[in-house]
Amino acid sequence: MVKGKIVAGCIAPHPPHLVYAENPPQNEPVAEGGWEQLRWGYERLRASLADIEYDAIVVLSPHWQTYIGTHFLGLPHFEGLSVDPVFPNLFRYHYDLNIDVELAKAIHDEAASAGLPVKMMENPDFRVDYGTITTGHLFNPEWDKPMVVLSSNRSTAYYSVEVMQEIMVELGRVTRRAIEASGKRVVVLASNSLSHRHFTTESEVPEDMSKEHITSHAMHLWDMRIIDYMRTGQAQRILDEMPEFTEQAIAESDGGGLSWLLSTLDVPNYPAILHGYGTIIGTGNAVVEWPCHAHEEGDA
Amino acid sequence: MTEGRVVGSFVVPVHPHTVLAPDQNEGWQRLRDAFDAAAQSIKELDADLLVIYSTTWPSIIGHQIQSDPNPEWVMVDHDFHDLGSINYSFNIDQEFAHAWDDANRKRGLQSRCVNYKGFPIDVGSVVALTLLNPDNAIPAVIVSSNMYANRSETTVLAKSCLDVIKAQGRRAVAVTAMSLSNRMFTDFIQPEDDKIHSLKDDEWNLKILEFLKQGRLEDVGQLSRTIQRQIRVQKVVAFKPMWWLSAMNGNRNDLTGEVLAYEPIHGAGGAVVSIDPTPSGAGDKEYDEDDVEYFHGERGVLDTVDESDTTEENPVIEQTPSGPDLWEPTEAEGSVNTDSAPKPVGAYPHARKVGNMLFLSGVGPRQPGTNAIPGGPIHDENGEPLDYDIEAQTHAVVNNVKRIVEEAGASMDQVVDVTTFLVDMKRDFKGYNDVWAQTLGKIGPTRTTLAIDALPTPIAVEMKVIVHLGE
Repeated sequence: MVKGKIVAGCIAPHPPHLVYAENPPQNEPVAEGGWEQLRWGYERLRASLADIEYDAIVVLSPHWQTYIGTHFLGLPHFEGLSVDPVFPNLFRYHYDLNIDVELAKAIHDEAASAGLPVKMMENPDFRVDYGTITTGHLFNPEWDKPMVVLSSNRSTAYYSVEVMQEIMVELGRVTRRAIEASGKRVVVLASNSLSHRHFTTESEVPEDMSKEHITSHAMHLWDMRIIDYMRTGQAQRILDEMPEFTEQAIAESDGGGLSWLLSTLDVPNYPAILHGYGTIIGTGNAVVEWPCHAHEEGDA
Repeated sequence: MTEGRVVGSFVVPVHPHTVLAPDQNEGWQRLRDAFDAAAQSIKELDADLLVIYSTTWPSIIGHQIQSDPNPEWVMVDHDFHDLGSINYSFNIDQEFAHAWDDANRKRGLQSRCVNYKGFPIDVGSVVALTLLNPDNAIPAVIVSSNMYANRSETTVLAKSCLDVIKAQGRRAVAVTAMSLSNRMFTDFIQPEDDKIHSLKDDEWNLKILEFLKQGRLEDVGQLSRTIQRQIRVQKVVAFKPMWWLSAMNGNRNDLTGEVLAYEPIHGAGGAVVSIDPTPSGAGDKEYDEDDVEYFHGERGVLDTVDESDTTEENPVIEQTPSGPDLWEPTEAEGSVNTDSAPKPVGAYPHARKVGNMLFLSGVGPRQPGTNAIPGGPIHDENGEPLDYDIEAQTHAVVNNVKRIVEEAGASMDQVVDVTTFLVDMKRDFKGYNDVWAQTLGKIGPTRTTLAIDALPTPIAVEMKVIVHLGE
């Protein structure tokens, strides 16, 4: 069998505002636009990968919050209505997505072999979380690729960022091994924001961009520091500073997505492409791509 | 009318085991039995309202109150999906929900009602309502737990709820859906191996239960921050439900408590506790913290607002640049109001439900919040005519109509009749008619278009809409 490979790894944030602002037919509320810098960032990401062939999308979303190990969607098809419990006024999305159960099971089994607690989610009534759906829609609006969906890790809250990262780095390694063994070409997505301190009020017109900004200067400094490490190929420094970043920027990396992504990409030392940065109700969000396909052994 | 009051309170656990798998573990069965006993007590209290404060419904934008009168769906737990699914269909007191939302604003809180088909009711609320109100005989209301809320905000949230309970003469039961210690095992276990995660967690849980058994609810509230640090997983949710429940009971330490059950659920501390407002005769309250009546917290992140002008005695009345005063929409039985529609120019609601019909007040193009008129006003402050865009105004009217219809839980395809008023039929009919064809014309309501002399604000078009809500 041909060795499988990761063709790209991305940070693909999921605030529902981005789907709301695009007015896709699947979403019930209607907006007058907004958050264009990030939405156009997603456009650039899609264009960047338009000519790259791949078989599946592997995504880890902080909004499938499991406290007991890592769970994987384990049925071939899910459809239904996803209503964001925090922003139901913005996100009521009719989803219809396919799962690459074979690849999900392969990662599950590899993780189990490594001693990680894992479980396949096989209840057909399960509602897919809005983070997965938002990232799925913005990365692949046609929904024409099967997905593998992983739940997020709560060890930051239970123990510490260090414990979370130890688990998620190992989960990243086994994810990579399983993808390589599968013979498939895969894109991996960490669906998370960077700094994550929200406003606690909402303007009357949610897409009023005159109200949008980062919550504090400190959050901005942390976001730019982390993005600069990405842009200059210093992924290891992101892992090294993850505890301080996660705690001081209240970053959504607490769910393990960023640590998992960097580990899955084998801690890349080549520059990532920043496709867009913007704030959403005060939180910092970046669309970032590591173009693995151009940096593999023998491929460059 | 007799003044309303809280006639009983309960603390109940949140995980689905008590609904889906009580037979798999003796402790889970004891919790289930305690739930059943609590349900029987609530019946005997002759309660006419259940108020659920759920720690498994986190919110960011203030507090959210469920206002769908009949939320229905299937709940599957994110962790315990292999236990099965819970079908739910609840009886929500929509009128109370809106009244509480209004009362929150009067006390300075950020608050909103949510009424959307398919809204995911959280596991704690689903478990509580399924077991405490199995036949849906008692109308309920559910409020979220704001992840940033502090003690004063949570206390004021309870006081605004009490305002409405008293005003409506209700016999309310207050329920907190919560764990005590909330650290679950992070690996899978067999049901028979369940136990409290650690001895330390168990000891703290027993201390909390000892206080509650003695009716010392306010003492538990004052220990909330300490309990959070000692036995709670940080950031998941703070131990704030005791602030709310204590305030719902007048911040007292002389209540009558009874622990109906205390058992582990996958390591977390689950308890069913009954709290009776009858004075125990022992111990008066020792009240160290501020008794907050109005929330003055940092809820003005987006705007600079002079809070001295937003008290209950001095409600905000905005002025349009040229036009009449703006009013807060009025409340009456069946009224539907929303912040996402422009404020009325008189004492009336945005819409009102009667049976399965929804009648909207006249809707113009003004934008909520800013009062800006898309396409421009038809005249300036001196009455001098201005050029304006009828198509932009008509689009804005349709969007405002949509917001009100959706607030009522309906959709635009349920609009059955529209009466349109134009101030300049000759100039504007074509533009209005084009937008109609692109929007409402595709839905197919009946229509009447009238030319009139003027509207109260400098707008060119207004619609009167009737919606059929279905059977």
